[in-house]
Amino acid sequence: MLEIRNLVKKFGPLTAVDDVSFSVPEGEVLGFLGPNGAGKSTTMKMITGFLAPTSGTAVICGHDIEAEPLAAKRRIGYLPEGAPAYPDMTAAEFLDFIAHIRGFHGIEARRRIAYIAELIHVGDVLHQPIETLSKGYRRRVGVAQALLHDPAVLILDEPTDGLDPNQKYEMRGIIRDLSPHKAIVISTHLLEEVEAVCSRAIIIAHGRVLADGTPAELAARSRYHNAVRLDLASDEAAGIAAELQKLPGVASVEAAADSGQATLWVFPQGGQPISDAIVRLARTQGWPVTGLYVERGHLDDVFRTITAPDATGNALRDAA
Amino acid sequence: MTRTSAIFRRELSGYFTTPLAYVFIVIFLVLAGVLAFFVGNFFDRGQADLQSFFVFHPWLYLVLIPALSMRLWAEERKSGTIELFLTLPIRLSEAVIGKFLAAWCFAGIALLLTFPFWITVNVLGDPDNGMILAGYLASWLMAGAVLAIGAAVSAGTKNQVIAFVVTAALVFVLAVAGTPTVLGLLQGWAPSSVIRAVAGASLFGHFTAITRGVVDLRDLVYFLSIMVAFLAANAIIIDLKKAD
Repeated sequence: MLEIRNLVKKFGPLTAVDDVSFSVPEGEVLGFLGPNGAGKSTTMKMITGFLAPTSGTAVICGHDIEAEPLAAKRRIGYLPEGAPAYPDMTAAEFLDFIAHIRGFHGIEARRRIAYIAELIHVGDVLHQPIETLSKGYRRRVGVAQALLHDPAVLILDEPTDGLDPNQKYEMRGIIRDLSPHKAIVISTHLLEEVEAVCSRAIIIAHGRVLADGTPAELAARSRYHNAVRLDLASDEAAGIAAELQKLPGVASVEAAADSGQATLWVFPQGGQPISDAIVRLARTQGWPVTGLYVERGHLDDVFRTITAPDATGNALRDAA
Repeated sequence: MTRTSAIFRRELSGYFTTPLAYVFIVIFLVLAGVLAFFVGNFFDRGQADLQSFFVFHPWLYLVLIPALSMRLWAEERKSGTIELFLTLPIRLSEAVIGKFLAAWCFAGIALLLTFPFWITVNVLGDPDNGMILAGYLASWLMAGAVLAIGAAVSAGTKNQVIAFVVTAALVFVLAVAGTPTVLGLLQGWAPSSVIRAVAGASLFGHFTAITRGVVDLRDLVYFLSIMVAFLAANAIIIDLKKAD
């Protein structure tokens, strides 16, 4: 549904987006991740036809955004960064304006606005000027605007930014509900959001795609993938750590003491499962274990490793 | 067409949802009245026409119209709505024309609200109403030309104050182009074709020509080409400079 081909954007000597390609089929929610200034918004601006790419293009349902901008734009719903809207208009006037631009009139326009207002829960603020709305409502009006024409492709630049936890939860629910029949791209720097709504994630930094996979696949690249956290009641941690170190398959053991109890991190070699061996050893040795957790991996740890501008990041990228 | 009219209606109603429209209209009417009565000696001239009313319109527009045009694009840039606006399925020409027509229509409304002057001269005497109509046409065309210049300038900046000052300066240059002072400065060293071109580019010259009651095709073409040229420039500036 959405195909990005070798997008490049240069601002003078600066390359903001450097050869980004990916495609998003129907039913996928793609999380676009990256530190600030990574090129997420610039990429979205090119996909939606706001900025002309230096080279490459985006194809929306078979329509090239450069060659057929109107046909492509008709199939996109876009929430720009910061959810801009005309502050003097009421939400209803604003949605009515968008409906007219999108070619809906009369009863059809009213029906769509009523439906979206119900879906996004903006019904009770429809007749307030947008400048008087809270951040959360303003963002919802922005999302409502993007959904009015039931687009095949939905591009949301930080849809939950500035929302409180309840609103975030709700917005993620809405995105999930919409996902079966749309190709959705959301940008975010909240990693829990990726795990909550995205079926796939792309990590971008310095304008380049550094990783592309399901959230679980990305998490598996964390050094915490299959690592075991061991909480111990006593202060025998040092001896236990030494025992664990000898266990086959264990790469390293790290101690982290907090609030009266000792915690050991046991990292496996090559991300292989080691919990079973640890449990058996703990039982035979009679260690005072109060908690044992297997980590699936920390997305934020992967994110930091990949996007940090040092040698490890490059090494990981090359490995990918 | 429906998209242009959607943009037109949004823009025009936008003037009236803020105090801008009312402040503008009140100040325009008060200044037009004060200038006509006190500076133009509307009554003392003892003539039933609106010459002393129209003659100050170019100067009024020099100050007031840039205040109207400065927000056209600069505000969209400042608030970020330009990104929303230009990613809607509209042509750039529809956006530019819709915005301009709304502003021009608003200027027309302000102008129509000066109708008490017209009533006054008709009560007091027996004026040439054709000439008055020509005066209104000239004034409205003048407003359109200044608005088009202002829209193009506004397209290039996110700062409304800059848009105001640059527009006023540009219009001032176009305004004084045909005055004897400027032509006198050119006399003697510039080729006569340049002098003729400068004289012909004068906004005030063409304005005055129409207010005399003679609606010459050349004057109409002049105003319309100013509008078309600056609206085209407006579209090009937006297209080249969307991001910042």
